[in-house]
Amino acid sequence: MLTLYARRRLINLLSLGISVLAMAFGLFWLGWILFTLLQYGVPGLSLAVFTQTTPPPGSDGGLLNAIAGSLMMTALATLIGTPIGILAGTYLAEFGQRGWLAPVTRFINDVLLSAPSIVIGLFVYAMYVIKVKHFSGWAGALALSILVIPIVIRTTENMLRLVPNSLREAAAALGAPQWKIISSVTLRAARAGILTGVLLAVARISGETAPLLFTSLNNQFWNSNMNQPMANLPVVIFQFAMSPYSDWQQLAWAGALLITFSVLTLNILARVLFRQQASTH
Amino acid sequence: MISEKDTTPKLVVRDLNFFYGNDRALKDINLTIPEKMVTAFIGPSGCGKSTLLRTFNRMYELYPKQKAIGEILLDGENLLDKRQDLNTLRAKIGMVFQKPTPFPMSIYDNITFGVKLYENLNQHDMNERVEWALKKAALWNEVKDKLKQSGTGLSGGQQQRLCIARAIAVKPEVLLLDEPTSALDPISTAHIERLVDELKKEFTIVIVTHNMQQAARISDYTAYMYLGELIEFGDTSAVFTNPKRKETEDYITGRFG
Amino acid sequence: MPTFLRYARLKLQNWPDILFRAITRLSAFSVLVLLAAIIVSLVIGSLPSIKAFGFNFLSSSEWDPVTEQFGALVPIVGTLVTAGIALLIAVPVSFGIALFLTELSPRWMRRPLGIAVELLAGIPSIIYGMWGLFVFAPLFGDYLEPWINNHIGTMPLIGPFFSGPPMGIGVLTAGIILAIMVIPFIASVMRDVFEVVPALLKESAYGLGATTWEVMWNVVLPYTKIGVVGGIMLGLGRALGETMAVTFVIGNAHALNASLLMPGNSISSALANEFNEAVGELYTSALIELGLILFFITFVVLTLARYMLYKLAKREGKVA
Repeated sequence: MLTLYARRRLINLLSLGISVLAMAFGLFWLGWILFTLLQYGVPGLSLAVFTQTTPPPGSDGGLLNAIAGSLMMTALATLIGTPIGILAGTYLAEFGQRGWLAPVTRFINDVLLSAPSIVIGLFVYAMYVIKVKHFSGWAGALALSILVIPIVIRTTENMLRLVPNSLREAAAALGAPQWKIISSVTLRAARAGILTGVLLAVARISGETAPLLFTSLNNQFWNSNMNQPMANLPVVIFQFAMSPYSDWQQLAWAGALLITFSVLTLNILARVLFRQQASTH
Repeated sequence: MISEKDTTPKLVVRDLNFFYGNDRALKDINLTIPEKMVTAFIGPSGCGKSTLLRTFNRMYELYPKQKAIGEILLDGENLLDKRQDLNTLRAKIGMVFQKPTPFPMSIYDNITFGVKLYENLNQHDMNERVEWALKKAALWNEVKDKLKQSGTGLSGGQQQRLCIARAIAVKPEVLLLDEPTSALDPISTAHIERLVDELKKEFTIVIVTHNMQQAARISDYTAYMYLGELIEFGDTSAVFTNPKRKETEDYITGRFG
Repeated sequence: MPTFLRYARLKLQNWPDILFRAITRLSAFSVLVLLAAIIVSLVIGSLPSIKAFGFNFLSSSEWDPVTEQFGALVPIVGTLVTAGIALLIAVPVSFGIALFLTELSPRWMRRPLGIAVELLAGIPSIIYGMWGLFVFAPLFGDYLEPWINNHIGTMPLIGPFFSGPPMGIGVLTAGIILAIMVIPFIASVMRDVFEVVPALLKESAYGLGATTWEVMWNVVLPYTKIGVVGGIMLGLGRALGETMAVTFVIGNAHALNASLLMPGNSISSALANEFNEAVGELYTSALIELGLILFFITFVVLTLARYMLYKLAKREGKVA
């Protein structure tokens, strides 16, 4: 029979051991997944991936139209979502002390932040695609921008709250009107953090498949017309991976590697920027 | 020895009461700040000296649940009056804070920020104004070659002088200093004290300090406050060597605080 | 003395202030409008299906595009079961990881490991899906599923849940992939919540001679339990709505089976697989109604999570 003390030590050791196992468990999957990506994705990478468009099964090709389409829709979504997000975040941080709008907006923003992205795609389908009766790059960009907005709002508000009040007071003491205080001083002081939020939003939407399934759909060929269905990496990967053709599957892996690489890079970039922001305050 | 007859009143405080919500932080303050002199507010923590200072430029209005009742006359006009334009007021009364607060922009832009709010100067006049302000703040020689660099890259003492330059660039009449040297090292503190001595030739200065020796060093008039009340006000040397009230004497001799 | 011009310029500052505030207000308001629009459009889109099936939609497991009979039971069950499996696995593992990150790991390891966990959280879900389909499912089907079938599948009571042909894909697989995906998310939320515990509180427990585990279990966890539960529910919301990680491996079968080893369907995978092929107004409407149900479920879960996190913040004094 163990003494009380020995028993406590044993429990402690066991639980700590289990937690180490948990950590290893988590890292194990990360490693395996990344390894698989490299294992299957690298052989699929070639110059053709970046220079040729998606082929029918059995022929050679690349992912050019998909990459271009993703870039265009991501850029557009960021362009649409960022200003709205920054403005709304500014309202929440600077004007939101009184009244009902701020707490309600914050709550709804959090809901939208974690809402299923496929439902967002459904929404854009019902509101827009049905009305114009065709899929398009615009619809895809629209769906993605709805995902961008909550992220930018959340980070903008948090970053603005971090700006010390003394800075606002110093500008007020000079007699600056409120809009000038916010735009020239407060937002400027928080700009690195806000940029971080934008980068994180871009990283998030780069990998999103579901909202594009019913909005931009996909396009076999090169298309730079936003008003037409637009090729994009995630949907192409989905389509090719689920197919029985091995050359398509290989392209899917190459695409997966590309997406993961860009998402991870963006995340790291955002992190570096955030640390820079935090260190100057 | 400065005779009170030689001075012109700049700010006259009449029956001022201040509230944080339901708590009365300032009780029936009556006080005259003389023109082009240095007036110091001293007292233990929580006595209301910063609160009083911040009523002069109505800084408290940034926050809800804070209100001031009474009169503060600037050159005869009550600045607490609702009709008084806030921006005009803050053009006349400048403030420097406890922690240096350079804006996240270049040194040049820091100085011109306030000026641009009120005056439309051409490039040449603006440059002159910047140079004038920085010279007056004894910072010109140190930064004249790096005006385009960010204000946040300066040392603490330099940043505070930048804030002073920024405040005087708009040519106010009154300068409010809220514990301007409490975050600085002794050498920077000495710099700024010398500065205050120079600046009082052109500006009326009110300084809040928790450092009694500083008040004794640089001020012409001193107000001693305790628990929201003005206990004693007068010529600095008189207050420090011959205080009229026992409470003042207790504080000054270090019996508490 | 200030000139007239000086006063004139000052007076003009008022309308930019009003305009600026109005623009930011409008932007904030647009978020509300967005939510309302989403709900309205989903409801309108579901109307044909609601009219046709009423509440039976929720209890029927029929899904026949030919006869136009649709029921949401299979996808709903699939969504709930996969999310349930995911959380069952993810919560203890995330707790272990959070414990490791906050108490156990040496200082120098803390940041790189924390970063690794957050990077894992950032990997797009389609990657998990692909990996699940091509790497995990075959191995799972070849080695683990037969074992499960033979050993757990033969046990009384829980046996029927674990017996079936070892195909590799299925509800269980989908749940596992989902777990792996959700672990980094829940782990970092838990870690953030644990770090909020005041050092003084933990130190007084250590000072009394408590072991690390005891501090964790008796001091940190009770102190943060609202935040932990809130974080878990956020993870649940994430798991319920997840599409790509599940779609690859769940099998897309509209049949209700007791066994977890059989293929099934979740709301999001049904939508992903069938929406673009759906012909006919009723079919499309039934799918939209599925989307509405999913949105409703996640909305409720997220609201509860937010409420709990709010209560924790309130206790901390962060919120008035």
